[in-house]
Amino acid sequence: MEDNQNDLLDDLTSREYKYGFTTNVETDYVPKGLNEATIRRISEKKGEPDWMLEFRLKAFHYWEGLTMPRWAHLNIPDIDYQNIIYYAAPKTKEKSTASDEIDPELQKTFDKLGIPLQERKSLTDGIAVDAVMDSVSVKTTYRKELADRGILFCSFSEAVKAHPDLVRKYMGSVVPYHDNYFAALNSAVFSDGSFVYIPKGVRCPRELSTYFRINAVNTGQFERTLIIADDDSYVSYLEGCTAPMRDENQLHAAIVEIIALERAEVKYSTVQNWYPGDKQGRGGIYNFVTKRAHCKGEGSKVSWTQVETGSAITWKYPGCILSGDNSSGEFYSVAVTNHFQQADTGTKMIHIGKNTKSRIVSKGISAGTSQNSYRGLVKVTKNAENARNHSQCDSLLLSDTCGAHTFPYMDIHNETAVVEHEATTSKINEEQLLYCNQRGIPTEEAVGLIINGYAKEVLNKLPMEFAVEAQKLLQISLEGSVG
Amino acid sequence: MLTIKNLHASINGKEILKGIDLQVNKGEVHAIMGPNGSGKSTLASVLVGNPAFEAIRGEVVFNGKNLLELLPEERSYEGLFLSFQYPVEIPGVSMVNFMRTAINEHRKYKGLEPLSAGKFLELIREKRNVVELDATLVNRSVNEGFSGGEKKRNEIFQMAMLEPSLAILDETDSGLDIDALRIVSKGVNQLKRPENAIVVITHYQRLLQYIKPDFVHVLYQGKIVKSGGPELAAELEEKGYDWLK
Repeated sequence: MEDNQNDLLDDLTSREYKYGFTTNVETDYVPKGLNEATIRRISEKKGEPDWMLEFRLKAFHYWEGLTMPRWAHLNIPDIDYQNIIYYAAPKTKEKSTASDEIDPELQKTFDKLGIPLQERKSLTDGIAVDAVMDSVSVKTTYRKELADRGILFCSFSEAVKAHPDLVRKYMGSVVPYHDNYFAALNSAVFSDGSFVYIPKGVRCPRELSTYFRINAVNTGQFERTLIIADDDSYVSYLEGCTAPMRDENQLHAAIVEIIALERAEVKYSTVQNWYPGDKQGRGGIYNFVTKRAHCKGEGSKVSWTQVETGSAITWKYPGCILSGDNSSGEFYSVAVTNHFQQADTGTKMIHIGKNTKSRIVSKGISAGTSQNSYRGLVKVTKNAENARNHSQCDSLLLSDTCGAHTFPYMDIHNETAVVEHEATTSKINEEQLLYCNQRGIPTEEAVGLIINGYAKEVLNKLPMEFAVEAQKLLQISLEGSVG
Repeated sequence: MLTIKNLHASINGKEILKGIDLQVNKGEVHAIMGPNGSGKSTLASVLVGNPAFEAIRGEVVFNGKNLLELLPEERSYEGLFLSFQYPVEIPGVSMVNFMRTAINEHRKYKGLEPLSAGKFLELIREKRNVVELDATLVNRSVNEGFSGGEKKRNEIFQMAMLEPSLAILDETDSGLDIDALRIVSKGVNQLKRPENAIVVITHYQRLLQYIKPDFVHVLYQGKIVKSGGPELAAELEEKGYDWLK
């Protein structure tokens, strides 16, 4: 039996990472290495105003004084920051913001990835996409239609020039450059990303999304996303990502900041599918991300949903600062690790306003010799009357050699708080597999069914288009890995 | 249809079945009775290919194929069905999704196209009437939160959906009240055809008043110690198992 399963495992897990191809496009680089000159070159390439360069330099000098954090349950090899390219842009004909032109090579790449860069005629379907390749945004769709409603959706670089007041006011207000090691690094060298502003009272008619693609070799990706939802507005935002298969590790250190004003609601969904490395643990993306939302307004609400299947190492804790009274934060996560992948992920819910609520649902799935940790902080400050939190952290183990860990932290300073934490650990059940088999469902399909059933509560939170993709992804990442 | 010859099987190195011989033909209903621990459920487990058990000797031919060489799902495609004594719960997987996957895997094996959503729902509607299964149950997760009776009805519903040539009912009567027992038995009887066969595994004669067997076998300490007609069941009910030891 065990042997059979191992054979099956070998058979299935040797399948190729579907997005591992590279695009042959001439690339414009800033030479390897991290120093003040690199940062000045990046800023110059982007034609940034002085205040932005100053922000970068301040962050860089702060970062220089830091050492890499080691508290996560991760084995992180030393990273040579001088051996990374910090800026790589596909060289194409001058991208004009007014034109819809895109280089045919890049168009082909995004077609292959299944990312729609053509606007469809119908008003009701179609997602607005900002496509980012390496350090630059190559195309943003549906801008005109969105602009008619006053919605700003463009690349971060463009926002710096076109909407400097909004960027200066909010950039770094949720994740300051001195927040942590990788936030400081990102603040110094970030290249591109998306910028969203939803005006007062506007419900964004489309899902907005950013698709991140690492293409160039030896290159790090450092994008930055800023979403501002003004009073009584609503937006649902999706983020996807892939990278080519390469033997060396590549670094991805992003920042996402969300600001929700009075009664605004933001849903942020991620399907993270960076290249996870091969079966022996060679290559793969190091994914160090700081994502945080500030529920600033009364009754505001931010919901994070993530499906994490990729990356060699994942380090991310999307959180909510609940400072508005009656505001609420949610975190729904499925994190899958297989082979030699390592994930240390969870959330931070900081209750500051009165009657604030948070809900955490984390589903970890570990296979192979991977390590999967949930790390979450629930903090209730002194004046946060009637804070409510419910956390549920489940772990599912698919092998005897993987590890699942839960690190819940609670820091409660107000006695009216009600904080609940539930955790379970289970193994995939032989009886369930036999039951499926007996009805004619082969083991690999059965594992897919059971896994998707286990993760259903989280998958249900994803927008339809994403949920289907995520289900397939879960199945592919884990097929046959029961043993 | 099913020929078992000198079957020996073990779990964790302990021999449970010690030479079973059994012949089941089309259109027949067989009852296998016996005290607890005699090997009744082990026999069912070995036939469906439960990996916890090992067939160490003997052979089993099912519809002309060497059953013991087939994967559990292949045994299902070939027409073998087990109504489990303890149907397992699969959280988050709806009965509809589960059955649709199963039916389409069966169709794939037979080289047929998957069933359309409309046709499939039609089939569900038709088949759940066999066991008077509530419409809401098929939208719930597999067996999750089902009562004991609902679980057993759900097993027979799945049997109706898959139309097996040989159905093994493992202690299907356990945990059923008299009304549920009647519904389940009625369902099974409706599914009886001249071209299929049923093996009923039971501890008590009670179920056999509803599902009439053509043959009754007594399993004791891993062997069939006595076979006979329906009258044997009545005799066992009267005398117990002790006189056979």
